[in-house]
Amino acid sequence: MNAPMSTVARFTDSVEEGRRVLRFQGDLTLPRLGVLPNRLDRLKGRDFTIDLSGVGRMDTIGAWLVHRTARERGGKIVGADPALTTLLQQVERADQPVKVRPDPPAPFQRVLDQLGSATVEAGRTFVGLLGFFGGMLISIGAIIRQPRRFRLNAVVQRFEVVGVHAFGIIGLMSFLVGIVIAQQGAVQLRQFGAEVFTVNLIGRSSIKELGVLMTAIMVAGRSGSSFAAQLGSMKLAEEVDAMRTIGVSPMEALVLPRVFATVLMMPLLSFYAAIVAIVGGGIFCWISLDIPPVTFVQRIREVVPRTDLWQLLVKAPVFGLIISLAGCFQGMQVKSDAEEVGLRTTTAVVQAIFLVIVLDAFFAVFFTEIGWL
Amino acid sequence: MSDEGEIVIEVHGLSNSFGEAVIHDGLDLEVKRGEIIGVVGGSGTGKSVMMRSIIGLQRPDSGEVRVFGEPMLDRDDAALQPIRKRWGILFQGAALFSTLTVAENVQVPLREFYPRLSEKLLDEIAAYKIVMVGLSPDAGPKYPAELSGGMRKRAGIARALALDPELLFLDEPTAGLDPIGAAAFDQLIVELRERLGLTVFLITHDLDTLYTICDRVAVLADRKVIAVGTIPELLALDHEWIQEYFRGPRGRAAEEAMEAEEARTGETNGGTER
Repeated sequence: MNAPMSTVARFTDSVEEGRRVLRFQGDLTLPRLGVLPNRLDRLKGRDFTIDLSGVGRMDTIGAWLVHRTARERGGKIVGADPALTTLLQQVERADQPVKVRPDPPAPFQRVLDQLGSATVEAGRTFVGLLGFFGGMLISIGAIIRQPRRFRLNAVVQRFEVVGVHAFGIIGLMSFLVGIVIAQQGAVQLRQFGAEVFTVNLIGRSSIKELGVLMTAIMVAGRSGSSFAAQLGSMKLAEEVDAMRTIGVSPMEALVLPRVFATVLMMPLLSFYAAIVAIVGGGIFCWISLDIPPVTFVQRIREVVPRTDLWQLLVKAPVFGLIISLAGCFQGMQVKSDAEEVGLRTTTAVVQAIFLVIVLDAFFAVFFTEIGWL
Repeated sequence: MSDEGEIVIEVHGLSNSFGEAVIHDGLDLEVKRGEIIGVVGGSGTGKSVMMRSIIGLQRPDSGEVRVFGEPMLDRDDAALQPIRKRWGILFQGAALFSTLTVAENVQVPLREFYPRLSEKLLDEIAAYKIVMVGLSPDAGPKYPAELSGGMRKRAGIARALALDPELLFLDEPTAGLDPIGAAAFDQLIVELRERLGLTVFLITHDLDTLYTICDRVAVLADRKVIAVGTIPELLALDHEWIQEYFRGPRGRAAEEAMEAEEARTGETNGGTER
């Protein structure tokens, strides 16, 4: 190995004594290869004599190129010193048929395959979610029989994360939504000279729909996603399995505190959101429509029936249940890798928001039917 | 190699701390070209942190780190790129990219640093590397999640070896491998060192690995490298932890196995003197 250092790998192609001779020179190492692999690929002919006597250093990639040329073109390797020979042998030993890429399925088959697995997956999710809900009810039953197993600390901790930490962002969002409704409503109602009904619009829409719906969306984005990601990572790190073997039920220790906390926090957050939205709308009315706060509050009390508040208080816990169930369920489904945690988290949020909006429509019809207009 | 005796890794006065906890305090270490250096130390003595400081993942509080004679600290990314080309790293948990197949994982460094290599050659390189580290030939298209812990480790080694690096960092490479696999791995490292003049920085608790392949062993304790040398040299030192480590039942078993092997082959595996 006395060849000068830092020499680019190259080869000459000549005919000597009736045989094609490939004479390699320089360092056959990855940084020095340059265009040599491409030149080798373009080479035509067979039965070469491959002369390595001019080679300085060689790494396994250089050895592979030499070995491959010799194997594919029926070449004979000469002039390799012992170190190069052992390296070539090492590469030769590693030369086995290896599958590098997965087999690509036929296009039509792939579409069918995807359609089939999507259908099966949808069915599995539905059944799984039902099963999960059932499992949770069983755990609740167990806790009712043995109240000592209720994990108060965990629940209170979740109160803080789901509820208290969300106050700022939900307040800000609701405040702005209140202003937007007031402003848009005022512009439209002004055309009929009915600006004063802006108060009705703000009061009823905030309490009945917007407070709870916006809160549900925010909680799904904040907490539903974090439930899925937390539980998913715990599944990956085998924490959930460890828990089971110690005799701790993951349902009781992980899922129930999150579900309880979300179910209890949703009505509080929704009510808070509705009030802040009304405050935002009220401030707009005061500044822009010259309705003083005292009048505004009085009007709100007149136009908002108590049933609107009952609607909020009925819907909010149900939405909370859906959000936390979807989050925990998706998290517990994680099996393989980090990418799945991401996918499951997305699914949890999408599922939660979708179900919340579908249910909200049902609630609207239901409440109208029972006369809570 | 003409540059025998050159210092590949040079750590001087390294100090690391996390909040109140001081991990390293004025740590020094030199690694020569072509040697296999084993790093041992009790749990929590900062072996992995030292490796992370050397490869630039952990910013030390103070100290100097040079790899291939180049300073590693306070350099911009572009300046470190040529150095990264010359090393391969195996992390403790293998750290395979979970969205890529094993073969694609092996190809990542090749694609990054040598974009001109043809797809065909990339596939061939991935294929022989996979076989070389002892993975089964059908492992190429599998995703890391489909592999067992030991197979993941091998795939990680294949990726670390993708560029045929001059310097290899291995964080507990044989942990989680079966004894046969671990012995084959030791063999692979020794072979590669002989063929390619590899320098290996090896964190391990595997006493067999320490005895069979390491030229020198660095002992981390009391926030410093307290001793570097061949195992006989370390055994001559009067330090409680070192004595306990190498003289314990496991240490003795490994030593006996080593002696038996030497007696059988009739050659000694003498390490480089410090």
